[in-house]
Amino acid sequence: MPAESQRLSHAQLFQAFFVAGLSGFGAVLPFLRRIIVERRQWQTAAEFTDLFSLCQFLPGPNTVNFAAAFGSRHRGVSGAMTALFGLLAVPVAIVLIVGTLYERFGALPAVNHALGGLAAGASGLILATALKIAGPSLRRWAPLAVVVLTFALFAVLGLPLPLVIAIALPVSVGIVLLRAK
Amino acid sequence: MIFLALILVFAEMSILAVGGVASTLPAMARAVVARHWLTAPQFAALFGLAQASPGPNMMISTLIGLHVAGIAGGLVATAALIGPSSALTIVAAGVWERFREARWRRVLQVAIAPITGGLLLAASAYLVRAADHGWRTAAITGAVTLLALKTRLHPLLLLAAGVVAGVIGYV
Repeated sequence: MPAESQRLSHAQLFQAFFVAGLSGFGAVLPFLRRIIVERRQWQTAAEFTDLFSLCQFLPGPNTVNFAAAFGSRHRGVSGAMTALFGLLAVPVAIVLIVGTLYERFGALPAVNHALGGLAAGASGLILATALKIAGPSLRRWAPLAVVVLTFALFAVLGLPLPLVIAIALPVSVGIVLLRAK
Repeated sequence: MIFLALILVFAEMSILAVGGVASTLPAMARAVVARHWLTAPQFAALFGLAQASPGPNMMISTLIGLHVAGIAGGLVATAALIGPSSALTIVAAGVWERFREARWRRVLQVAIAPITGGLLLAASAYLVRAADHGWRTAAITGAVTLLALKTRLHPLLLLAAGVVAGVIGYV
């Protein structure tokens, strides 16, 4: 019997996503996978990867998409909302507290410099992530052309994002189809 | 009215977040700065705070909503960012069986990858420009980028180092 056939309760959904969201600090995925595949065995590794790849393919934060998809599979919309609430309740609460402190103390010189360093560091992290994710696409001319096109439209020309996607997506699909011939 | 503005901005980002919320950062920043909710450096600071906080990579919406309209704003912005994409995902997950093997799905998946790459590079370019206003901050960005690429140091450690460097550099 496939692992996914047992129907989980709201409480189980909430608890699993609650623990994963708490452990996360930006990297919720490994914890989610460990809980669902290894500890509770609610999905096989293949099932998890399959559902997660759908969640990356669709727009939105991928772990949030996963909570919605996984929760809805077991308990419909209420299951999705339970999983989402579990995942996000404590992180959102913490962020609201941190944000309130920022509003109160952010202008103080020392805090300001600390935040400047933090922002500089965070931009470095995202640059590293961008290079890691874009890396494979940069090695062959076809995806490289799409990367350059997207960058040029969005960052250089400053076109609105919907327009960028509306242009880049058909071009990219066209290239994929041409190369597949 | 402010809540409506928050919903409109973040719901749009939700649907456009191809490859994740990070892809929309320049668009988000432009929308926020155009409405005079934040300056670009403030946006970068909030992004840094969001990165340093637990949870998935979308908490910047919470911080922006909080800044603009208090706790209620924070909650509304967060819900707006995850609402549309979650609804779409629930529908798609329901019919996933039917289109999992479809050729158009696989073509689309391959086609999206370089677009996500381009959007993330654009997001990095925007954030680096917003966050780096001198050699000190540029050095922090450069060092963190290199360390993140070449080592397996925990991201939080790198951010903490950035904070310390930021304070030391000015004392």
